[in-house]
Amino acid sequence: MSAPPAPPGARAGAAPRRPDAAWPALRWGLVAALLAFAAVFPLVFTSELVTQIAVDTLIFAGAAAAWNIFSGYSGYISLGHAVFFGAGAYTAAVAAQDWQISGAAEFLLMPVGAAVAALIAVPFGLVALRVRRHTFVVITIAVFFIFQLMAYNLSVTGGSVGINAPFLGWAPQTYNNPFYYLALIIAAGTTALSWLIRRSRFGLQLRAIRDDEDRARGLGVRAMRVKLAAFVISAVVMGLIGALWFFFIVQVLPQYGFNPLVDLSIALMAFLGGLGRVAGPVLGALLLEPGQQYLTLHYSNSYVSEIILGALFLLVILFLPRGILPFAEEQITAWRGRRADQGGRFSGTEPGGRPQQRAPAAGTPGGGAAR
Amino acid sequence: MGRELYRAIADGILGGGVYALMAVGLTLIFGVLDIINIAQGVLVVLAAYLSSVLSVHLHLDLFAGLLITIPAMFIAGVAIQWLFMRRLRGRERTSMSLLASYAVMIIIEGVLYLGFGPDYVALNAWYVTSTVRVFGFYLPYIYLFGFALAVLLVAGLYLALYRTKFGRSLRATMQDQVAARLIGIDVNRVAALAFGIGVAVTAVGGMVFGATNAFNPNSGYDLISRLLAIIILGGLGSIGGALAAAVFMTTVEAVVNIWSPTWSVVVFYAALVVVLTFRPAGLFGRRAVRAQ
Amino acid sequence: MTALLRAEAVAKAFGGVQALDGCTIEVEHGSITGLIGPNGSGKTTLFNVITGYERLDAGDVYVGGARITNAPPQRVFALGIGRTFQLTRIFPTLTVMENMLVATQHAGRRAGNRNPLARAGGAHDRRHAMELLDFLGIAGHAGALAGTLSYGQRKLLELGYVLVADPAIVLLDEPAGGVNPSLIQHIGGRIRELNAAGKTFLIVEHNMDFVMGLCGRIVVLDYGTVVASGPPEAIRQDPRVLDAYLGTAEDDDDAG
Repeated sequence: MSAPPAPPGARAGAAPRRPDAAWPALRWGLVAALLAFAAVFPLVFTSELVTQIAVDTLIFAGAAAAWNIFSGYSGYISLGHAVFFGAGAYTAAVAAQDWQISGAAEFLLMPVGAAVAALIAVPFGLVALRVRRHTFVVITIAVFFIFQLMAYNLSVTGGSVGINAPFLGWAPQTYNNPFYYLALIIAAGTTALSWLIRRSRFGLQLRAIRDDEDRARGLGVRAMRVKLAAFVISAVVMGLIGALWFFFIVQVLPQYGFNPLVDLSIALMAFLGGLGRVAGPVLGALLLEPGQQYLTLHYSNSYVSEIILGALFLLVILFLPRGILPFAEEQITAWRGRRADQGGRFSGTEPGGRPQQRAPAAGTPGGGAAR
Repeated sequence: MGRELYRAIADGILGGGVYALMAVGLTLIFGVLDIINIAQGVLVVLAAYLSSVLSVHLHLDLFAGLLITIPAMFIAGVAIQWLFMRRLRGRERTSMSLLASYAVMIIIEGVLYLGFGPDYVALNAWYVTSTVRVFGFYLPYIYLFGFALAVLLVAGLYLALYRTKFGRSLRATMQDQVAARLIGIDVNRVAALAFGIGVAVTAVGGMVFGATNAFNPNSGYDLISRLLAIIILGGLGSIGGALAAAVFMTTVEAVVNIWSPTWSVVVFYAALVVVLTFRPAGLFGRRAVRAQ
Repeated sequence: MTALLRAEAVAKAFGGVQALDGCTIEVEHGSITGLIGPNGSGKTTLFNVITGYERLDAGDVYVGGARITNAPPQRVFALGIGRTFQLTRIFPTLTVMENMLVATQHAGRRAGNRNPLARAGGAHDRRHAMELLDFLGIAGHAGALAGTLSYGQRKLLELGYVLVADPAIVLLDEPAGGVNPSLIQHIGGRIRELNAAGKTFLIVEHNMDFVMGLCGRIVVLDYGTVVASGPPEAIRQDPRVLDAYLGTAEDDDDAG
C-alpha cells in the first residue's frame, strides 16, 4: 500500500505552534487596558453620534461573540441566528406594550427576551442539529424566513407597522450612555464566557465535534447535547441583545428585527477576526461596524454599503479564510523564528521559519518519523 | 371546492416545472462542486431584469430574449466560479462557499438596487395575461409555455448527462473528483461548465418567474429559500429528487393557498422542517458524506 | 483459553457486494492476533461492524461473552474496545494534549468535577495523558496543534488517544501503513509492551514482516470469510493463503 500524501498543513510554516508561553501577561494587560478604556469612553467622547456608533458596535460585538460560541466552536455555520435576535426584540416589545412597562424598568424585560429565545432554540436545535452541516445552514435560513414571515403576518407583532418602545424621558446628551454600558457588559460578559468555554471540557468537546464529529462521538462525546447546549447559550445572548437593541432604536419592524444582514454581519465579523477564537468576533466588530456606520452616513442609500459589505466578505473568505488573528499570529511566529534562526540557537529551520528541535538520535520517532 | 382543488393542483404542477428547472441547476452545482450557490435566487432575479430590459428597450419577445439571456447567465456562472469559488480549498470548502456565494448574492442585490431601484417590475407579453381553455380551466399561456420549456430543458439536461461525453465527465466528477482527475478529466473545466450550466437555467426560470410575479431586487431571498428547501427535500445532488420535490412543494403550496394565502408560504418551509426531522438526508438524498 | 472478542457468522453486504460472508473470528484474551487478506477481503468492514461504525446484516459480536451486536461506536468504546483507522483520524485544530483529553470526557471517570466549565482535563488526566505521550515518543509535541504533526506522529497520536481510556482490547487498522521502518519497529515495540501489560490486540496489516514478527496467531480473510487461521509459521506455508493473495491459474482464467 503506497503512503497517503502528507496531510495538509503539516508542512512548512502553515500552522505553527501556537505562541502560548510568552503572551499571558501581555494579553491580560491588554485586556485590562481595553476594558478600562471602554469604561471611560463615553465620558471622554461625549458626542452623541460617536456614542451611538459605539453602542451599535458593542451590540454587534456581543452578537458576534454569541454566534461564535456556537458556530465558531462547533463548525455548524448558522445563518439564522437573527431569529433569536428578532425574538428577543419582539418579546421585549410585546411585553412592554402589554404589561405597560415604561421608563428604565423596561430593561428588566431583557431577560424575558432571552428566555423566549431559549425556548425557541430548544426545538429548533433538536431538529436542525440532527442533519449534516450544509443541510443545517439551509434549515437555519428556512426557519429564519418562517419567523420573518410570521412577524409580517401575525397581528401580535404589529405586522408591517411593527411595535414602538416606551418613551424614555432622558437627557439627550447622555441618552446613549446607559445603553452603552449595558451593551459593554453584555459584550464583555459574552467574551469572558467564550473564553471560559474554550478552555473547558465543554468547549473541548465542541471543538472536537468541529474537527471530526463521528470520531468524537465514537469516543464518548454526547454530540447532540453539547451542540444543543452551545446553540441555546448563543441564542440566550442573542435574545438579550435583541431586546436591548429594540429599546435603543425604539422600534421594531419585521425586516429589521429579522434582518438577514445581521446574520451576515456577525458571521463576517467572526470570520474576519478569526473564527473560533475568543477575541476574533470582538476584533471583527471593532473593525467592521464603525466602518459600516460611516458608509451608511456618507452614502444616502444603504445599497452601496451592502455591496461593499458583500465585497469585503468575499475578500476575507478568499484571502484570509481563517481570519486576522490566526494570520497575525503566524506572521509573528514566523518573525520570531527568523530571529531565533539568526541567533543560531536552532540547528535547522524549516522553510517558512518554523523552529525545529535539534535532530534527535536516529531511530526515535519524535524527529526521525518526519516525512 | 373540487374545481378549486384541481385548479390548484394544475397550477402547482405547472409552477413546479419552472421551480424544478432552477432547483435542478442548484442541485447540479452542489453535486459536482459541493457548493451551495446561495446566489442562485438573486441570479434568477438578475435574469428577470435582463429579460425586462431586452423586452422593454429592445422590444424583444421574452422567449426570443432567452437566446441572449441564457448565454449571458452561463457566462455569469462561469465567471463566478472561476473568479471566486475556484479559490476555495480545504476541509471547510462547503461552508466557505456558502458564505462566499452569500456575499456574491449581497453584491448582486446591491447592484440591482442601484441600477433598477426598489420598485416592482413585471414582464409583459400577450401570453402573460391571456389564457387558454384546457379541460374546463382557463390557464395562462405563460404557464404552459414555461412548463413545456422547463420539461424540454430538464430532458435536455438528462440527455446531456447520460448520453454525452461531457455528461459522463460531469457525472464522474460528481462521484469522485480525485478519481476523475486521475483518469484525465479536466476537473476545473468541468466545474466551471457545471456552474455555468447551473446558472444558465436561471435565465429560463427568471423569465417565467418575472412573467408570473412582480419582482424587485429583494425577491431573491424568498426565491433562494424556496429553492434550497426544494433541493434539500429532494436530496442534495439528486436531479430527479429536485424535480419531484419542486412539483410537490409548489402543489402543496397552491393547495394550502386555497384556505390561507398567508400561511401557504410558511407551509413551504414547515414542510421542509418536518421532512428533515424524519429523513435528514432528504427524500432521495445521497448517503450523507462523512466529514462535512 | 477465553475468547475476549468473538464475531460469529457475520455477514454484511453493500449493494451487490458481499463484503463479509459468514465470517467467524475469535480473539483470545491477552493475544496479539493478526488479520490479513488481500484488498477487498473485508478486513476493515469487519472492524467497522465490530466497533459499530457499520450495521451488520447477520451474525453476532460478543465481548467477554456479552452480546454487543450493532452497538453504537460510543458504547463499544465504553466497553473497552478501542480502534484506530486506516486513514488516521485525529482532531487537527486541537493540540496533541487536547486530542488525548477528548476521550477522558465521558461520565464515570471522575466522581467529582461536574462543572462543565471547569478547565478541560484535570491534573490526573493530564499526567496520565503525558505519560502515554511519553511512552509513544511524542511528548515533546504536546502543545502543538495536531494538524502540524507528520503522518507517523499522527498515527502515534491516534493510538495514544485510544489508549488513554485504557481499553482492554485494541483494534488497529494498518498501524504500519505508510510509515518508515524505524517507526514501524517503534510501534511494534510499544504494542509488545502494552501486550505484556495485559492488553489484547487485533491488527489488520499488509506488512507481512510486521505481522509475522508480532502476532501470536494470524487469521486470513478472503472474500469476506476466514480461509485459514493459526500461528505465523503455519500461515506462511498454507497454500490456501497463497491462493487468496495470488490466485490459482484457474482464477486467473476466470478473471481474464
